[in-house]
Amino acid sequence: MSVMSEFSKGIIKENAVFRLMLGLCPILAVTTMAEFGLGMGIATTAVLICSNLVISLMRRIIPTKVRIPSFIIIIATFVTMVDMLLNAYLPALHAQLGIFVPLIVVNCIILGRAEAFASKAPVSHSLADGLGIGLGFTLSLTLLASVRELLAAGSIFKINLLGAAYEPFMVFGSPPGAFLALGLLMALVNMLSKKYKLE
Amino acid sequence: MGEIFAIIFGAIFINNFVLSRFLGICPFMGVSKKVETSLGMGMAVIFVMGMASFVTWLLEYYVLVPNQLEYLRTIVFILVIASLVQFVEIVIRKASPTLYQSLGIFLPLITTNCAVLGMAILNIQLGYNLFEAVVFGVAAAVGFTLALVIMAGIRERLEFVFVPKHFQGVSIAMIIAGILSLAFGGFKGMM
Repeated sequence: MSVMSEFSKGIIKENAVFRLMLGLCPILAVTTMAEFGLGMGIATTAVLICSNLVISLMRRIIPTKVRIPSFIIIIATFVTMVDMLLNAYLPALHAQLGIFVPLIVVNCIILGRAEAFASKAPVSHSLADGLGIGLGFTLSLTLLASVRELLAAGSIFKINLLGAAYEPFMVFGSPPGAFLALGLLMALVNMLSKKYKLE
Repeated sequence: MGEIFAIIFGAIFINNFVLSRFLGICPFMGVSKKVETSLGMGMAVIFVMGMASFVTWLLEYYVLVPNQLEYLRTIVFILVIASLVQFVEIVIRKASPTLYQSLGIFLPLITTNCAVLGMAILNIQLGYNLFEAVVFGVAAAVGFTLALVIMAGIRERLEFVFVPKHFQGVSIAMIIAGILSLAFGGFKGMM
């Protein structure tokens, strides 16, 4: 496969959330507002690209038997860096994402890409793969967060869209609403992908 | 005593790890198809989280804080949890083959269960002492098991009902989890 198709497959065809059902903890937890979803998506993408790059560069050096602990150390290093950078430059976002920033370490998408892709593929392909999967994840997070923010507060990215007369649908700002909104979105994605034959 | 009870009740019902804090969603969706396997997974998680809360608390306050290495917390905790899981697996395999048969396959999955790392970090953020930390770890795991077993019970019955085509699989499971989460929300009034 070419570099371009490695990049584009992650956005829809192998979308981490809606197709592979990975990374479900952060997508439920941080999607109360569109900007938190976008921030979390970008943070995860940054870690994914860096870890894919380093793991792909070191794929001939890392012995097969200790590959999983090695991947975890590489991923945890980048997560710590992202954690400290967010804390320094975007403290408000860092406080909102809370423990889900250090928990990027155990996001199955990142370890999954390291094991299934970056440890076997050349650097250019791994970078494209990380960028594509990361973009797909960011888009899913932002989509779910926008839907929830719209229903719970009548706005997207804090821009009011539904006017002052809108009665907020409070449940979508709380934990049950996260599950309900994601369940309904998944059904919608299933329907659309059957209709447009993406399988 | 009242505080300990509040921690236990809070971790199991009010801030249930799965349904309210969103930790451990992957195994919650993945291993909740049968009550029996979900119980096995739950027991393994209780075991590992009890031990992990103890070890990570000691590491934080006797190694990381005195040496001002708090920024290494994420790396140290995940490595400790991963090796602890390996260690538990080896010990159980030697000590009790029957227990290994029922828990063994779930143990490797626990390393990437974000509930374990999340619990370790929460213990530090909430400023618990050692006893409270272990109680919180075990109670959180019991809450996880409770949610997992309830979910498995519902999904076993779901096999016999009609589910619209596009909702089949994870989609309907998410909606069930949403309703469960609403039900658990009722406990909020009790504290």
